[in-house]
Amino acid sequence: MLRFVAKRVLGLIVILFCVITITFFLVRLMPGGPFDRERKLPGHIEKQLLAKYKLDGPLSEQYINYLGDLLHGDLRLSTKYRSRSVNEILADSLPVSGLLGGIAFCAATLGGVFLGSLAAAKQHTWIDRNAMLAALFAISLPPFVIGPLLVLIFAIYIPLLPVGGWGNLQSLILPSITLAAPYTAYIARLTRASMLEVLTQDYIRTARAKGLSENAVIYKHALRVAILPVVSFLGPLAANLLTGSIVVESIFSIPGAGGFFVNSVLNRDGFLLAGVVIVYCTLLVFFNLVVDVLYGFLDRRITLYD
Amino acid sequence: MASWIAASRCMTDPRSPWVKLRRNPAAIVSTLILVVVALAAIFGPSLLPAGAGEVTRDSFLPPSDQHPFGTDLNGRDLLYRVLLGARISMLVGIAGALVSFVVGIIYGMVAGYVGGQADSVMMRLVDVLYAIPRLIFLLILISALDPLLRRSMETHGLQVLVGYSKIIILILCLGLTEWLTMARIVRGQILSLKSQQFVLAARSIGQSHFNIIFQHLFPNLLGVALVYLTLTVPAVILDESFISFLGVGVQAPLASWGLLLSDAAQVINPLKGYWWLLVFPAIAMSLTLLALNFLGDGLRDALDPRQRR
Repeated sequence: MLRFVAKRVLGLIVILFCVITITFFLVRLMPGGPFDRERKLPGHIEKQLLAKYKLDGPLSEQYINYLGDLLHGDLRLSTKYRSRSVNEILADSLPVSGLLGGIAFCAATLGGVFLGSLAAAKQHTWIDRNAMLAALFAISLPPFVIGPLLVLIFAIYIPLLPVGGWGNLQSLILPSITLAAPYTAYIARLTRASMLEVLTQDYIRTARAKGLSENAVIYKHALRVAILPVVSFLGPLAANLLTGSIVVESIFSIPGAGGFFVNSVLNRDGFLLAGVVIVYCTLLVFFNLVVDVLYGFLDRRITLYD
Repeated sequence: MASWIAASRCMTDPRSPWVKLRRNPAAIVSTLILVVVALAAIFGPSLLPAGAGEVTRDSFLPPSDQHPFGTDLNGRDLLYRVLLGARISMLVGIAGALVSFVVGIIYGMVAGYVGGQADSVMMRLVDVLYAIPRLIFLLILISALDPLLRRSMETHGLQVLVGYSKIIILILCLGLTEWLTMARIVRGQILSLKSQQFVLAARSIGQSHFNIIFQHLFPNLLGVALVYLTLTVPAVILDESFISFLGVGVQAPLASWGLLLSDAAQVINPLKGYWWLLVFPAIAMSLTLLALNFLGDGLRDALDPRQRR
């Protein structure tokens, strides 16, 4: 177990290194620099700017220096939001995205698993058909349709909830629903398919033959195995949701981190871009590790020693 | 003659995928919807009165006889815009999915067939690419390649195409970021296929690797790959709308569903409920995506050997 975790942490470092290297050089390959404006800057000012943001000197040297700064936990200064460091920007925005994403994550997981098992248990009934139809709808509707539609209905025609903003509980509801809807649907479909497969197995017949109630069979015996494919989807899901979504954040004017994924590329803000990529990648690999460990607990047939 | 008989038997054999698909009402309805959307996208814009796509002073007119879907901020007829959007969104979706199909299949086949060290290096690369947020990867690709393509078009005397360079770039970039899952699926299929006896037989009569891959392995994985291709089309359409929503994709006067929805999201606020700007593009897009997903599900049920009973 410990060896397994150690090996995976080592793998994390290798992947992080590759990803940092790729983003560092990709940003330099893009045409246009962070200080390009309509009017060209005078030579000496541009030189000073480049020096201040440590963008001068040969590329290989810059790269080595950047890796050194990263090892000290310094993500450097943002070239767009002058005088703010990437560390500060992320410290301000990530908790916001994390809270919203955490709520959406719980809602999507619990709702999806429940709906999926319900649909599988009631296969060929109207409950199953309607739940799966709704799920396909939620997958096919992009968040920028669901979001404004919810705003139109629950904030404009029936003024129950705020249109957007951040700071109170009510303003969390619509964005969480928008964020969670497609994932809830995806998890429901995954759970249903896997549950249907599990319900044909022998140990389920044994459980039924023992005279267990249908609920106990499904939610205690079958779900434990049927949930495995869902669990392996939860790793990437958590990384995605916790780092925020630009669409949901722009529709509901939420000061989260999702926007930086897009704007840092458009502004050629290389260090901010590298910062969000590092955070995303670390979360992704970390949650995948958690998922693998969870797998071992849920399914005793899997051992984590290799 | 013989092949015709074989084909007709295939169309009536109850175990054949086509019969299974035809018995699936959702798949049939979806196909009909897709045909209607495709016809509307191809012929619709030219059937409308001339000048429907022009900028006029009648902005934000609600739906009426003259403008069945209303008009947008610049007074353009929304029906025309939605049809134009259908054209571009469908084109980008299908072509982008095809690009990802070709790249994914070749990559997966090579990795699975060669195996060993090459396979593990190639799959680690896929892992690393998975770990970069796809949106960032896409944006970097688009902003790196777009000026390049535009410049090379201008220097090679292809000025006619310059207006469409964004669409070509979108197709390429979306295809180049969507192939990872396809590569994994194809590699898995090849790994299980290549240990089977027909491959051994082909090798023992001295067939080249190229022949084994394309004549023996490729037809066997085509079913699964086609199912995934059908499911990639809606994913690419969704991605394109995402990119256009962020303002990096298709630009006016061209239109895609994502761009129309982005325009709608910008003008919807508590004071002015211009609902038609949101509702009509949303219906068009969701109906298409729903139909594609239903068709993909139906195809999977019909073709996927794992589900065959």
